[in-house]
Amino acid sequence: MEIGEKTVRNIAELAQLTFDESHLATMQSSMGDILNLVEQMQEVDTDGVEPMSNPLDATQRLREDVVSEPDQREVFQRLAPETLEGLYLVPRVIE
Amino acid sequence: MMSDWEVVIGLEIHAQLNTRSKIFSGASTRFGAEPNSQACAIDLGFPGVLPAVNQAVYPKAVAFGLGIGASISHVSAFDRKNYFYPDLPKGYQITQMDRPIVVGGSVEIPLEDGTSREIRITRAHLEEDAGKSLHEDFHGSSGIDLNRAGTPLLEIVSEPDLRSASEAVAYARYIHQLIRYLDVSDGEMAEGSMRCDANVSLRRVGSSELGTRTETKNVNSFRFLERAIDHEISRQRGILESGGVIRQETRLYDPDRDETRPMRSKETAMDYRYFPEPDLLPVEIDDAFIEAVRNSMPELPREKAARFEAQYSIAAADARTLSTDPLLADYFESVAALCGDPAMSVNWVRVELLARLRRDGIEVPALPVSPEQLGALLKRIKDQTISGKVAKDILDALWRGETASVDDYIKIHSLTQVSDASSLEPLVDRIIAGNPKQAEQYRAGKTKLLGFFVGQVMKESGGKANPQQVNEIVRSRLG
Repeated sequence: MEIGEKTVRNIAELAQLTFDESHLATMQSSMGDILNLVEQMQEVDTDGVEPMSNPLDATQRLREDVVSEPDQREVFQRLAPETLEGLYLVPRVIE
Repeated sequence: MMSDWEVVIGLEIHAQLNTRSKIFSGASTRFGAEPNSQACAIDLGFPGVLPAVNQAVYPKAVAFGLGIGASISHVSAFDRKNYFYPDLPKGYQITQMDRPIVVGGSVEIPLEDGTSREIRITRAHLEEDAGKSLHEDFHGSSGIDLNRAGTPLLEIVSEPDLRSASEAVAYARYIHQLIRYLDVSDGEMAEGSMRCDANVSLRRVGSSELGTRTETKNVNSFRFLERAIDHEISRQRGILESGGVIRQETRLYDPDRDETRPMRSKETAMDYRYFPEPDLLPVEIDDAFIEAVRNSMPELPREKAARFEAQYSIAAADARTLSTDPLLADYFESVAALCGDPAMSVNWVRVELLARLRRDGIEVPALPVSPEQLGALLKRIKDQTISGKVAKDILDALWRGETASVDDYIKIHSLTQVSDASSLEPLVDRIIAGNPKQAEQYRAGKTKLLGFFVGQVMKESGGKANPQQVNEIVRSRLG
């Protein structure tokens, strides 16, 4: 399957990823290969093959409405690049 | 000209559900906590965590659905909505796209002219709230508080059935009342428990096609909602009438400047890449569950107003005012039962109490006068122990906490209404003697002077004379 330049750029923007322009052609063909693989799998005749065990007929178990999580701000904020007065600091985002 | 354009408005209302813990984690949802002290690993989107669905959101969503006559999905499911923003740590919001819990339904909103209109609701779905970005100056950075991340929301989406800012406000007020009645949300707008997004567009009158709309986000008071929509209507009209085109975009209302301004352009149409949430299975609820919710639901405002009208033979407008607040409605019913006079109770609760509440800027739960006290007071008017005028003074005394007992106050201040003729007659005679000219005019046929004499007698008695009695005596003395 053919993946155009525009599609690669759009996906990169949506994923907020940068990539080297010189890799554009490689990306196009690699992404195309992934879709080709899926297409190839779709062609396999699976009639009579028993599905693997799966949760598709199950339904979600629910949790009681109980507060069970303690405050672990200090632990979590040790991983943050920058914090101030309990807030995580990020590059200014105003829309 | 305004009449050339038809305004088309749809609202998306986000109501925070008043659960103890979050929708997918056991972190607390309490408002006003220290920043990030209620954001756990699940809310923060740490690698390897899994969401665990809070069962308490289902009875609330179902109650809302039943309250608007919607159909309730026996199987609902979550999806991921993907976008990047610092207050959304996972990079996606868990929401319901294809299989929302509540589908369809409608509400009947009261309009200013006394009529009402049906507003259709498209759907209401469960989702998680995002955190909060604080843009004050943190040395050129934004501060992020994720306590709100994961708070359960019910997003209520209306059809584009609203035709003016005031209709939009009436609808939002109705939804606000409903979610509080049903204990779905505390509805505290100042704390962000209910926020509105308004989709506004204009079209030529008679056109069946919708114009390009803008979405004004995150309006958190009724007053701002009205102003934001009105502002957006005149902005769009200005553009259209000068031959311009409306850009489809998201706008933000700035209450300080009373204007909306663009937030992000939707021209580069946000692609949210919805897909089924792989960490959660569909949630199934059965008819027994839905029926149990239905049976535990309180009387809805609409039903209550209809019952008041029929049961107490009171005016529709009065019934509606009294049933807007469940506490006020209960208060009225207690007073009516205690004094045995619904009509008198309506008047005192609607007029006297509400005026004092407004004057002192307090809410119904903080009423300083109990229904028992007001009931006792009205009983004393009914049995003619006191006049209405004196009763108002006693209400003020109760309000100020000067007394707890109506009867004690009447006794101590000897306010008992004077009804016996032997005490009133000399008083009437004195007033007639003191106003010979008016008496002459009355006898000559100017009978509307009756009010003048009654008023003078009432004044002389310090409001304690029984007005009906005085009426009769004056009439017989001058007759």
